[in-house]
Amino acid sequence: MYVAVKGGETAINNAHKLLADRRRGDRDVAALTLSQIKEQLSLAVDRVMAEGSLYDRDLAALSIKQARGDIIEAVFLLRAYRTTLPRFGYSLPVDTGEMKIERRISATYKDLPGGQMLGPTFDYTHRLLDPELVEDEAAGEPETREPDAGHTQRVSYILANEGLIEGDGKNGHGAEVPGDITRTPTEFPMNRDERLQSLSRGDEGFLLSLAYSTQRGYARSHPFVGEIRIGEVDVEIEVPELGFSVPVGRVQVTECQMVNQFQGSAKVPPQFTRGYGLVFGQLERKAMAMSLCDRALRARELGEDIVAPAQDEEFVIAHADNVQATGFVEHLKLPHYVDFQAELGIVRQMRREYAERNDAVSEMIKEAAE
Amino acid sequence: MNIQADYNFAYLDEQTKRMIRRAILKAIAIPGYQVPFSSREMPMPYGWGTGGVQVTASIIGPDDVLKVIDQGADDTTNAVSIRAFFAKVARVQTTTHTGEATIIQTRHRIPEEQLREGQTLVYQVPIPEPLRFLEPRETETRKMHALEEYGLMHVKLYEDIATHGHIATTYAYPVKVEGRYVMDPSPTPKFDNPKMHMSEALQLFGAGREKRIYAIPPFTDVVSLDFDDHPFEVQKFDKPCAICGAEAVYLDEVILDDRGKRMFVCSDTDNCESRQAAGHRGELSGMEAAQ
Repeated sequence: MYVAVKGGETAINNAHKLLADRRRGDRDVAALTLSQIKEQLSLAVDRVMAEGSLYDRDLAALSIKQARGDIIEAVFLLRAYRTTLPRFGYSLPVDTGEMKIERRISATYKDLPGGQMLGPTFDYTHRLLDPELVEDEAAGEPETREPDAGHTQRVSYILANEGLIEGDGKNGHGAEVPGDITRTPTEFPMNRDERLQSLSRGDEGFLLSLAYSTQRGYARSHPFVGEIRIGEVDVEIEVPELGFSVPVGRVQVTECQMVNQFQGSAKVPPQFTRGYGLVFGQLERKAMAMSLCDRALRARELGEDIVAPAQDEEFVIAHADNVQATGFVEHLKLPHYVDFQAELGIVRQMRREYAERNDAVSEMIKEAAE
Repeated sequence: MNIQADYNFAYLDEQTKRMIRRAILKAIAIPGYQVPFSSREMPMPYGWGTGGVQVTASIIGPDDVLKVIDQGADDTTNAVSIRAFFAKVARVQTTTHTGEATIIQTRHRIPEEQLREGQTLVYQVPIPEPLRFLEPRETETRKMHALEEYGLMHVKLYEDIATHGHIATTYAYPVKVEGRYVMDPSPTPKFDNPKMHMSEALQLFGAGREKRIYAIPPFTDVVSLDFDDHPFEVQKFDKPCAICGAEAVYLDEVILDDRGKRMFVCSDTDNCESRQAAGHRGELSGMEAAQ
């Protein structure tokens, strides 16, 4: 009834109360602690930090708890908090060559300086449900060894020594000032630094599917995993008063260097090109998908034909953000009855006109027959 | 863990407000032109009016009186939610009366009561680009605006006439602002388009997800696109409002039972209530009172 649309305020308050109740669930079950989420759902925490563009395990864990495990909702909570923070500046480029490596693999070499290190991977597990995990099982102590001190050469440098692969390139702004997609409105075409930022916070599922599409022939780029490495890197900022850089902390990142074929052009001899992925936390799938998408999106720069969705910058970047996507898709559940009324009116009018036309036609046929 | 619990007046920090005000000033200087701005994530989802909320947050002061409507009504859930948001973060006075408000944030309607000088109407905009459904690429549509190349839009309207005998766009009906930019009035029914023309109030449009702000300054020429032989016309309703008897206002259709019984009532709840208070009655107002 007409009166039913009233009382929105009470309805909202009651909905919030019920939500809080459902989030907590059965009171006889102990409440989740943030450290449980941080320690035991750490890959979910990583994903929320990566797509929320905020490296803070505590807040990511809190947002996962508050969102009842809905990852996109958790990303949104973190983003909405992040946007209120002041920006002090930007760090120096992190040196992933100096990474404290926990996992590092290359698919292009059997062995290489620094070695292959599987690290904590699902890769060779058999996906059999483990009944021992039903209870609080005792996990054994892992094998560890002292990390190699210092630099572990990146595969891209090995190839670069022979000139076989393109260099690191420059950022598109001339001076060494990185763009910031959170402070400047999106404009197409984008520079690669801004594009990489967008991909790094983009939705894992969306980028995964696009990356998959390139492997199935929609913008094939003959990719090889030059290297994936996961570990902690120092973040340093330059302090003008001091005249040198100081570390402000360490973050765990996953870096993927994809090596792709390139036939060469009139100006450039044949060489390998690169697709790059870098994300917060241990997110190998995301880093790999990102590097495939990055490579596909370089089609224009490399003079390749743009024939597939993954190569289309406006299409990919404008739709990769899951906070934006979920907002706009879900806003359809807000009331639209004013617009719908307008549409009802026109459809009724058009049906009336249709019926009148048909009547007129059958009248004519009747007259012609008589 | 240190989470800042207190927010700045009207939520946004002053630097962000300054950035948005600059965009608003540019938008006012170039009526109908979509100004890119670096929209922030807001504590409500994209699609819930984040653009309008950012515009309101940037222009609101402690002395302002805020009204928020959605579908013309003050009591729809999202209007309630946004009003509560500003009451909380800006502690401003709120109202449901159009005449009392200095800022009115709206989704999908323009109030029936004529707005006056000094009032600002803030629209929540989902897709600011009127050409978007004709050309999905931003790089192309910006070029089309720059070159004033609006032929495609006229072809679309013409095709409507060729197919249906009349223009079949009923809401988000495109307008031309001050003889230059074709603009999307946001998904208001075309019924409201004439109210934008030469309005005494300032009209600001915020699209958060799409990161665009545009404006119609007071006393600006706003013309709904049409053809000489198919002039623009607004929706007409067969009956007046069943509750207050108002004519020439926009009505909502309310289904009364499962046998097709329905009534038409004012979409603008404030206007309807003011009329009832002034003694106006519609054919079903007795029934409404009886419930």
